[in-house]
Amino acid sequence: MADTLLESQPDLMLDIDKSEQGDVRTEEMLVNMGPQHPATHGVLRVVLRTDGELVLEAVPHIGYLHRCAEKIGENLQPYQYIPYTDRMDYLAGMNNNQAFAIAIERLAGIEVPERAKYIRVIFAELNRIASHLVALGTYGLDMGAFTPFLYMFREREMILDLFESTCGARLTYSYINVGGVHDDFPDRFLDVLEEFLDYFEPKIEEYNQLLSYNHIFVKRTANVGVISPDDAVRWALTGPVLRGSGINWDLRKSTPYEIYDRFDFDIPIGLPGGSERIPRSVVVGDCWNRYFVRLVEMEQSCRIIRQAMKQIPEGKILANKLKNLKLPNDEVYVEIENPRGQLGFYIRGDGSAIPSRVKARGPSFCNISVLNHIGKGCLLADIPAIVGSIDIVMGECDR
Amino acid sequence: MAPEKICDILKQRFPNAVTAAVLDARRPYATVAAEQWREVATCLRDDPRCAFNMLQCISAIDLLEDNRLAAVYDFFSVPIKGVGPCPRLKHHFAVRVVVDRDNPHIPSVSDIWPAADWHEREAFDMMGIVFDGHPDLTRILCPDDWEGFPLRKDYEFPTEYHGIPATTEHQLTNPRH
Repeated sequence: MADTLLESQPDLMLDIDKSEQGDVRTEEMLVNMGPQHPATHGVLRVVLRTDGELVLEAVPHIGYLHRCAEKIGENLQPYQYIPYTDRMDYLAGMNNNQAFAIAIERLAGIEVPERAKYIRVIFAELNRIASHLVALGTYGLDMGAFTPFLYMFREREMILDLFESTCGARLTYSYINVGGVHDDFPDRFLDVLEEFLDYFEPKIEEYNQLLSYNHIFVKRTANVGVISPDDAVRWALTGPVLRGSGINWDLRKSTPYEIYDRFDFDIPIGLPGGSERIPRSVVVGDCWNRYFVRLVEMEQSCRIIRQAMKQIPEGKILANKLKNLKLPNDEVYVEIENPRGQLGFYIRGDGSAIPSRVKARGPSFCNISVLNHIGKGCLLADIPAIVGSIDIVMGECDR
Repeated sequence: MAPEKICDILKQRFPNAVTAAVLDARRPYATVAAEQWREVATCLRDDPRCAFNMLQCISAIDLLEDNRLAAVYDFFSVPIKGVGPCPRLKHHFAVRVVVDRDNPHIPSVSDIWPAADWHEREAFDMMGIVFDGHPDLTRILCPDDWEGFPLRKDYEFPTEYHGIPATTEHQLTNPRH
């Protein structure tokens, strides 16, 4: 294993004389990383089998945050379950509420009012930006850059203020509900939102200068943890991890749900080094590309929000006849595009008000399962870079 | 491609494997016999008319009234060059494999779609379905020494775990299911 690394990276060979290598005795060592480790973003435990600096195996162990979310779902009515979806992916509460609400609406055949659909899109995209800001900020922190983290949290704070002004909560919103949303915008909300977008869009260029093209950052992330497009599909990776591998697949575009087909936006994908805006040492599917896909996605989310603000009609925000909601004896599987990938809900009704099965397919759960496959043969210091670039939230991984 | 056509392809190639199909519902699916599931899975992946290169989810369900368990597989065909032929189809399909509750064995497909690896471990952990041929079928979300399969409808909640009491002041230990 050590030999293959040296062959693939000739600059590591330096002046090592091959004849002397036989004398150096190396021993394999098991390193337990986590479950309490700052670079694992929650309670993820990775058991690393190492040979010196080289990782031979990186087996993720999950389940430390398991709270029986699916079992709880089988004992509550849908509107009672909405707060539990917040606590799955707690960085993207709006998107989780939306996924569950859409699944129940499809199952029970509820028509959502137009205005509520637009409010959902605006908040889902704002939450996508907020979630990516945390992902990118903490990723910089993992790579030793402290300043971008503070800058990004400054902007995230403004988004949380916007959420707070509408629904009162700053992290677990329970705002998007079955049949619509539970409050309309406060006065002057759209003006404040526009001010925020005008302020925020130029900041993305600032992040580029601070972090994206920082020499150390590029050295740490370019050509590290490369996932080939073939592997990305075989392991069912989704979201920025899939698109970082150069695959143009985003549920908002490929199988539009809600009203995403009414907006004009692009899907950023991973590009080879040397293209426009891409440093030369980058390859498709590496950590840097996954990072950059998230950054460009924030620009596109701003575009969607601006269009939604222009088109939003007046009207009701909640559907009628939601009392005593009975779920039919049927089943649905619905996936939407979460900031981390495709969040799916499989729901089975049995004629009563309580679903008989609620299954959540978390994007973090599927994305982190590839860690052992791509972690083999990389250096110990690359493991935090890879875990950070996959961007997991353990709440949703363990449910 | 319409779900009827996908089901026809399967019926044509494996006349005995497809035991039932629900095609006009909100979510069409075909029920496949566990013995032939691996051949059907390979066909779903490799047949250019199906080309399901992405396994999205495996949901284990408990059909207590029939004394059976089932695993539901959801596939998507993502238009890229991946495993098998390059699809241009963007279609979705679901397969249900139903097994006996007393002897729940389904052949593993984790070598056909590596994504199945963790989903199968989760289905084993939560519902007790045994996936034959899985490389490492251990509990994934619950602790290794957990007893029983929590998502089964007849699951008895433990009253304590390693000295930690699991009853509340109202003595509520068993929810509805």
